[in-house]
This record gives sequence, structure tokens and C-alpha cells, in this order.
Amino acid sequence: MDYGTFRGIVTVGMLILFIGIYAWAYSPRRKKSYDEAANLVFADEQLKQKDKNQEQSTHE
Amino acid sequence: MTHTSPSHADYNYTVVRQFAIATVILGIFGMAVGVLIAAQLYWPQLNFNTPWLTFSRLRPLHTNSVIFGFGTSALFATSYYVVQRTCQVRLFSDKLARFTFYGWMAIIVSAVITLPLGYTSSKEYAELEWPIDIAIAVVWIAYAVNFFGTLIKRKTSHIYVANWFYGGFILVVAVLHIINSAAVPVDWLKSYSAYGGATDAMVQWWYGHNAVGFLLTAGFLGMMYYFVPKQAERPIYSYRLSIVHFWALIALYIWAGSHHLHYTALPDWTQTVGMVMSIILFAPSWGGMINGIMTLSGAWHKLRTDPILRFLIVSLSFYGMSTFEGPMMAIKTVNALSHYTDWTIGHVHSGALGWVAMVSIGALYHMIPRLYGNTRMYSKSLMNKHFWLATIGTVLYIVAMWISGVTQGLMWSAVNADGTLTYSFVESVSASKPFYLMRAIGGAFFLTGMLIMLYNVIKTITAPNGSLIEEEA
Repeated sequence: MDYGTFRGIVTVGMLILFIGIYAWAYSPRRKKSYDEAANLVFADEQLKQKDKNQEQSTHE
Repeated sequence: MTHTSPSHADYNYTVVRQFAIATVILGIFGMAVGVLIAAQLYWPQLNFNTPWLTFSRLRPLHTNSVIFGFGTSALFATSYYVVQRTCQVRLFSDKLARFTFYGWMAIIVSAVITLPLGYTSSKEYAELEWPIDIAIAVVWIAYAVNFFGTLIKRKTSHIYVANWFYGGFILVVAVLHIINSAAVPVDWLKSYSAYGGATDAMVQWWYGHNAVGFLLTAGFLGMMYYFVPKQAERPIYSYRLSIVHFWALIALYIWAGSHHLHYTALPDWTQTVGMVMSIILFAPSWGGMINGIMTLSGAWHKLRTDPILRFLIVSLSFYGMSTFEGPMMAIKTVNALSHYTDWTIGHVHSGALGWVAMVSIGALYHMIPRLYGNTRMYSKSLMNKHFWLATIGTVLYIVAMWISGVTQGLMWSAVNADGTLTYSFVESVSASKPFYLMRAIGGAFFLTGMLIMLYNVIKTITAPNGSLIEEEA
């Protein structure tokens, strides 16, 4: 295989990999776990509120 | 996921406090050196005929102390803070944390001593000589062990996206630094690069551009992904976009370095690769900017009252502006006009002052009171004054450099009908002179803002615990 063909295959491979990452990131199945991850920023504050206000239920 | 995380008292805030204070002090130092050398370009006698006060020696002192003193301290402080709070565990090792702080400060002090004395490897942003380079590698590996060790022992199932950016920045900077600093020592303070000629130039700018891409971009994007949602009190606009943003950004940045070497001895195809990759890089850069700014959708009114959010959102606007300007300047035909002119300096500072410094200042204003048992800074009105000084200073700086840079580019390339140059070099220097004064004034504005910040920070950390609490919004 000459160098040009090799580079062509690598380029196509990278394109497929990127489309794969995109499809994986945007698959609807992952929505719930992303919402959880996005709220990690506020996990500490929820804790503090729980301490202050015991009856308040926190999102599990 | 259960919220059985430790209380705040269990986090290691000591190292975060140390690096946060170091950020403010080294920022003032580095920016003061910057204002001095900007003034030297207008009043050359300001070097007082002293070798260690000349522009050539103070310029690397300025870049090293703002990038590695101010910027990197901000990254150490915020990454140690964010990784603990989003993983809900204490740092992997307090000893390593202490070692990274004192080790890093020793490195900064040795830079402050050796650079004015003229010891330099002459590689831009990698001027420090080989014994300091080895110390940097050791401290950096300790940092990596501590950061990734904390990720491994996390109590949460997810690794929050900010930590991906911080992790990417830590890993790639280690690789870049070790490869680019490879050198053959002659004696304790003199070495020669392990690479020769055009290869050396390519390795240097692969390092140089990725210092921008990973240290000054990926690291600070990690900061953005934590502090923007936190301060806006709403989750990031799109978590999915943040994942695509991360992988696209790190996959592309690594190829863009050769745009620093357009029209040089570097092979043409390598220059073209750098140009094409730089243009594609526009997409993930703006994806990230939009993700940050849109986090505020539905809460735009907060910008009216919250100076911290103003810093964060204006920093993203400057980020968007400079990541549009960068790919444009990487196009070879545009580069033919912009290269070696002040336009480049303007571009760097729209990123460095507008993006890196503003996002760090916003993050510090959010974080510092919380590190000292309070929830707000001592004075909101001083934060607002700082915001306007920083914004006006940055705009003065970059507008001055745009005008000066385009003027230089046009004057240098102007030819008469018989093919001779229209202008001598010194004519372009005197054409730039008024803009050098304007730049120095812009820099002085920015520095004044930092001094106001120092006062506000001192008042905040000396205030009793619980005395500075945000009134209920």
C-alpha cells in the first residue's frame, strides 16, 4: 500500500470515528445520564439544602 | 446516585487558597512587567541603560509570569477546586498538592531570577533553561498523579465534563513540554535543542500553539464548564455538545501549529495542513462558546446585576472573537499581511486579556469567598469597577494593535512602480508610535483593575466567616 492510499484510509477512518462519537453523544438513550452529569455542578448545594431542610426531597 | 458526599470541610481547600492568592499576586506582577515593556516601546529610555531591564530580557519575563505564573496558578486552583467538588472526594494526596504548590512557586521564582539575567533557551514560551525544565516536568507529573488519582477515587458515577478538559490539558501539556524541551546541556545554564533547523522550528511551534490550545484554551474551558453553570445557577446548555466539543477540539488543535511558520523553510504541504486544520478548528471553538453563552438563556437579566457573570460571559465573547480571528489569520494570504506585525500581538492579547484573564477573574470572584467561609466578595461595586477597567483596557489594547499591525503590514509590502520599497522600516515604526502609547494606556487600565481586585480579595479573606453572605435573590 503506498503512502497516499494509507493517508486516505486514515482520513476516512477519522471521519467515521468522529461521526461515531457524534452519534454516541446524541443518542436519546444517553439523555438521562447526561442530565445527571450536568447537575453534578449543583450536587454540593443540594447537600447543604438537605441538611438545612430535612423534609425536602432531593433528586436521586 | 446518592448524595452521601463529605461536607465541605473534608475538601483540601488549603492548596486551592494558596494557588488562588498566587494567581492574583503573580497576575499583578506579570501585568506590571507588561505595562513597563509596553511603555518602553513608547519611551525607550525606560530601560535606564540597564541590561536586565531591557525589552529583550523583560519580554520573556512578562510572558512567563502571566502564562505560567498567573494563568497556570489559576488552573491549579480551579482544577483542584472543581475536581473535588464534582467528584465529591478530597484530593488524592495532600502531600502531592503541597509539593505542586511549593514546587511551582520555586519554578516561577527561578524564572524571575534567570530571565532578566539573560539565561534563555531562546524558544518562545519555553525560554527557561534545562534544570528548570526538569523541575517543571517533575511538578507537572505530581499534578497529573494527584488530579487523575482524585478522578479514580471519585464518589460520583460520571466524570463531569470540566474534568475532561482539565485532564486533557494536564496530559497534553506534559507531553508537549517534555518533547519540546529535549536539549543537550553544555553547562548548568546553557543548552542546545535536541532538534535542528526546520525540524526544531516545527517542534517549537507544535509546542507553542498547543500551549495556547491546551494550557490557555482547554484548561480554561474546563473552568468555563464549571463556573458558568454554577454562577448562572443552571446546568450547561447542552451536555451532549460539550462532549462533541471536547473530542473535536483536542483532535484538531494538535495539527494547527505550523500556521506560525507560513512562508518559511517548512515544507509547503505542512504549512497547508496547519492552515486547513486551523480553519476547521473554528467549528469546535464556536460550539464551545455557544454552549457557554446559551447556558444563560432565560436568565439574561442576571447580567444586569451580577459582575461575576459579566466577567464570564464577556470572556466567552472575547473567546469567540479571537477564535474567529485566529483561523482567519492562519489563511496564508491573510498571514502575508499580518505576520510579524502588531496584529499578532493584538490577537494574542484579545485571547489573553479578554478570554484567559477575564474567565479566571470571574472564577476567582466566585471561588475566593467560598474558600473562606463566605458566599460573596467584600464589595460588588469594586468588582463592577474592575469589570469596566478590564473591558475598556482590553478593547484599547486590541484596537491599537489592529491599527498598528495593519499599517505595518501595508507599509512593509508597499512597492513603487520600479519595484523598490515605498517605505523604510523606521517610517513604519514612527507610524506605530501613537498606538504604542494607546496600548500602554490599555494595559495600565487592566493592571489598575487587578490592583482593585487585590484590595477586594484582601478585604474578603480577612472578613469573619459567615459575614459576607449573598442576600436572597
